[in-house]
Amino acid sequence: MGAKEKPKLAMYWASACGGCEISVLNIHENILTVDEVFDIVFFPCIADFKVKDLESYPDGYIDICLFNGAIRNSENEEMAHLLRKKSKILVAFGSCAYEGCIPALSNLTTKDATFDKVYLNNPSIDNPEGILPQVVTKVAEGELTLPAFYHTVKSLDQTIDVDYYLPGCPPEPHQIWAVLQVVVGALLEGNPLPPAGAILGAGTTAVCEECEREKGEKTIDRFYRPYQLDPDPNQCLLEQGIICMGIATRSGCGALCPSVGIGCRGCYGPPDGVIDQGAKMLSALASVIDAGDETMEDDELEQKIQAVIDTIPDPAGTFYRFSMAHSILRRVKNGKGDS
Amino acid sequence: MSEQFEPVIVGFLCNWCSYRAADLAGTARIKYAPNLRPIRVMCSGRVDPQFVLQALRSGADGVLIAGCHPGECHYVNGNIKALQRFLLLKKTLSQWGIEDERVQLLWASASEGIVLAERVNKMTEEIRALGPLRWHDKVLGDNGAIPIPVKEI
Amino acid sequence: MNDKKQIPEQLEKVGVYICHCGSNIAGTIDVEDVAKWAKNNPNVEISRNYEFMCSNTGQELIEKDIKEKGLTRIVVASCSPLMHEKTFREATERGGINPFLFEMANIREHGSWATNDKAAATQKAKALVNGAIERVVHQVPLEKIPVDINPATLIVGGGIAGITAALELAEAGNQVYLVEREGTIGGHMAQIDKTFPTLDCSACILTPKMVDVGQNDNITLLTFSEIEDVEGYIGNFTVKVRKKARCLIEELCTSCGICEEKCPVKVIDEDYGAGLGYRKAIYRAFPQAVPGYPVLDKDNCTYFENGKCRACEKFCPTDAIKFDQEDEILNITVGNIILATGYDLFDARRIPQYGYGRLPNVFSSLEFERMVNASGPTEGHIVLRDGVTEPESVAIVHCVGSRDQNYNEYCSKVCCMYSLKFAHLVHEHIPEAVVYNFYMDMRTPGKGYEEFYHRLLKEGTHFVRGRVAEITDVGRNPAEEGKLIIQSENTLLGKQQRTPIDMVLLSSGMQARHDSEEVSQLFKMGCGFDGFFTERHPKLAPVSTMTDGIFIAGACQGPKDIPETVAQAGAAASQVAKLINQGTVMMEPVRASIREDECSGCRICNNLCPYNAIEFDDEKKVSRIITALCQGCGTCVAACPSSVIDGAHFTNTQVMAELKGLLWDVQPAPQKTPA
Repeated sequence: MGAKEKPKLAMYWASACGGCEISVLNIHENILTVDEVFDIVFFPCIADFKVKDLESYPDGYIDICLFNGAIRNSENEEMAHLLRKKSKILVAFGSCAYEGCIPALSNLTTKDATFDKVYLNNPSIDNPEGILPQVVTKVAEGELTLPAFYHTVKSLDQTIDVDYYLPGCPPEPHQIWAVLQVVVGALLEGNPLPPAGAILGAGTTAVCEECEREKGEKTIDRFYRPYQLDPDPNQCLLEQGIICMGIATRSGCGALCPSVGIGCRGCYGPPDGVIDQGAKMLSALASVIDAGDETMEDDELEQKIQAVIDTIPDPAGTFYRFSMAHSILRRVKNGKGDS
Repeated sequence: MSEQFEPVIVGFLCNWCSYRAADLAGTARIKYAPNLRPIRVMCSGRVDPQFVLQALRSGADGVLIAGCHPGECHYVNGNIKALQRFLLLKKTLSQWGIEDERVQLLWASASEGIVLAERVNKMTEEIRALGPLRWHDKVLGDNGAIPIPVKEI
Repeated sequence: MNDKKQIPEQLEKVGVYICHCGSNIAGTIDVEDVAKWAKNNPNVEISRNYEFMCSNTGQELIEKDIKEKGLTRIVVASCSPLMHEKTFREATERGGINPFLFEMANIREHGSWATNDKAAATQKAKALVNGAIERVVHQVPLEKIPVDINPATLIVGGGIAGITAALELAEAGNQVYLVEREGTIGGHMAQIDKTFPTLDCSACILTPKMVDVGQNDNITLLTFSEIEDVEGYIGNFTVKVRKKARCLIEELCTSCGICEEKCPVKVIDEDYGAGLGYRKAIYRAFPQAVPGYPVLDKDNCTYFENGKCRACEKFCPTDAIKFDQEDEILNITVGNIILATGYDLFDARRIPQYGYGRLPNVFSSLEFERMVNASGPTEGHIVLRDGVTEPESVAIVHCVGSRDQNYNEYCSKVCCMYSLKFAHLVHEHIPEAVVYNFYMDMRTPGKGYEEFYHRLLKEGTHFVRGRVAEITDVGRNPAEEGKLIIQSENTLLGKQQRTPIDMVLLSSGMQARHDSEEVSQLFKMGCGFDGFFTERHPKLAPVSTMTDGIFIAGACQGPKDIPETVAQAGAAASQVAKLINQGTVMMEPVRASIREDECSGCRICNNLCPYNAIEFDDEKKVSRIITALCQGCGTCVAACPSSVIDGAHFTNTQVMAELKGLLWDVQPAPQKTPA
């Protein structure tokens, strides 16, 4: 890197919603500093960069690449491999890249069921010939290709080696800015970088640490959907029966959602030391159900507990909302699952 | 060597009741299906759902959680927590497409060697009929991607 | 996060020992093959098979290998750890490494004994051995925790059990606090007239012991007192005791009894008198009460009602009465606690068809004990509820509330004997009376008990084998008018039977105290469905509980007679004396702990511990486990949603490693690319 050359920044979106890009822009006037400090060499969202531009760069050309979005199809995978080659530091930016996030919820179904719903059987489609996207289509001019749609959505680190993770859906702007400052400090001033594989821009414990609500002992005799209850603004939401993933979610966002009366959804992923966020949430929640005790008859006890569990309509979707790709099982068994 | 599919079932047995039941089954020379591979925990309340999921992910065809009867838990009510977690886990597993028979809960006191043996036999046959789970190979293995060569730059 | 960054683990040097156990294992499992196969694991330094690992030679093999080959972990594949874990842990320790760096694979009880399929057994053995190897690699050294034992003991309950235990310990030179809810010690045994089968006068054998308790310098007697709070753990309990106000100054009272004599208020004596007679508002339960100071019953005292009377104060020669006396709170520290809280009698009002509480001449067993006692309200005369008429016929109904799915399913053990005792007492007091015992089975297993039954047979008691369906005063024919009728089966005749009778005694069962559940929670130990306190082991540890340092004795553990109660009290005292003698105990280190700097304060764990070992620090907003209270079940470890609770010796890492080891033959092959 020459004296006058600025460090190179890239940001790419794979299977994503665009929220991460907006969150980067949400660092407000700090974006000017980013522009000042970095040379943006590949950022399809904001400027017209082409893949061939990227291909033309030498390996390791990009100092830091913020890769958001999950790996849904072969194009996402190709770009992941390409950007890995071309980048010194690759950050899995946002929950999609980190752990699958919403795109990975399609792992609860199958490719066939998805295609059926999207292209064949839904009220707003008229496709009598049953045309489905093909990877390769012969036309007069030659062959047209489309990316192959993967059966299972993968996280970025299930595809390539990742240097850092920045969790969140999206990551909070103040956290993004904090991470960028660390990177800038390392690149420009030679400060040490965090250890490889570190999760940046977030805490290590659970959201409860940041949440201002009063926490008491937990005994829950039923759960409520958010619309069913007007929660007390001061008491822990979970204690009131609203499923708040905060107990099993990494801190760093400032407990934004609970502070406005919505249960945390878990978008920062699990805290340190937890392998499977959904399983830990399940375990914690089930442990504090207060339905009966050992003095009851076995059948009655089971019925009472089941009645409480029945007030959780969609455990898999709720507990694995963001972390499906990183979960232990990762996807539904082939041929089964909710369509 | 038998060509028949031999299910591999991981068992989480609690030190005070079900592990002793398994011991008793052996001491009494009750012969039962050798398909159970037990892991000892102090209480069925120690069984973290992550263990069950990891077992299924790592190649087990089924998981058996066995503890003391409600009211007899050595630690008063650890088994009640186990029951609660098991019921919520079952609901979640059904969404993952895992058949009901693959993950089971059993109460067996230290004197109920026969109960444990009979359940292992039953579970083995139920899972044999369902076929191997072998999650990593059969579910995750083929990503369904049509291979497109990644262009060499 | 995924452990995709495989940090190469430093290899351990595991010694693996496959035991033949003679032919018990080797007859089914190919032990040589397993031993050879185990050597494939990169962590395994040496892998042997040997005939009897638990023998001295086998153990020495382990010790020698540790010293000579620098082994860091040991795995023994043999019988159940419940058999020999202790043996091999000690061998490991003698070899020079921490005993918790040892793991067993149970290939006998779970393997060779449970199947005839040799190939399958060998395959399973490999899995179990591999699981143990993978686990032991992640095990860490643990040290037992030393705890000092405070030599003082708290005994809760001043009945015969509490009295016996207190004397055993005090006479051995130990300090004892004896806390009793009532104003005097003595318990139910003080209410009883005669004891079976010897027909000893109960008070005569009890009161000398009561006096001993009162006079023993090592016993601090706290009567009319309640336990409010218990904190701590074995060797170090802090107990809050509320000494309720008797309304008199003990140092001044001479037990002269004048206050009781002069008190104008008569109250039905519900406690000691079983509701049969009266007592005063200021009273001693019975003349031989220890301590001898009376108690003032504020609820029934005229002074507390309207400020008048004050007769006791006026007549007390030493000015000992103090109406405004306050309850006193004492904080005592003890090393061990014996619970001897006794029993309640089953309330026969719960069986409406027996008519207790509705039909005047149906009596409970404790009522009858008071009646037949010479210093009771009828001076020992057996009379009907009118207080005058002698019954010509008396029926004693067994199994009231017992052996009954509708009430208590268990057999109350003592009722047959005391029913026979009642029959005898009626014969003795009213020789011409006709006596019936309605029974299901005659349970007389103790020393001299069967002989006592035989005696009653000879005394002319009529024994009707059949459950009593109903006791009614509605006669169907002139012979039944004015009588109580007992409708029962007579199974030996194979008929229904209606027996006209003057007086019915209901032999109700013993049941747990009405507040036994609260008490067990207060002391952090368990009670069963039926409310009786749970012993550590029904056969081998009947007087200790799952909570170290807390013992139980007497009827609070289950229905029993006086000899058994005394035996249990002695046993409990002996166990306490053992701990006092040891001075320090070593507690198992298999416990949970919270990494407080990583705890988010979610409080999911707080309510999960049956031993109340988890507390919340309101200032730091983190949860904390009191190590000594933790029993190591691991429930909180599994529940913690951020995995900040470590369960020593059963960590997630260890269990997951064991799991992967077990599944060696069905696991996916290790991936080169991240997946």
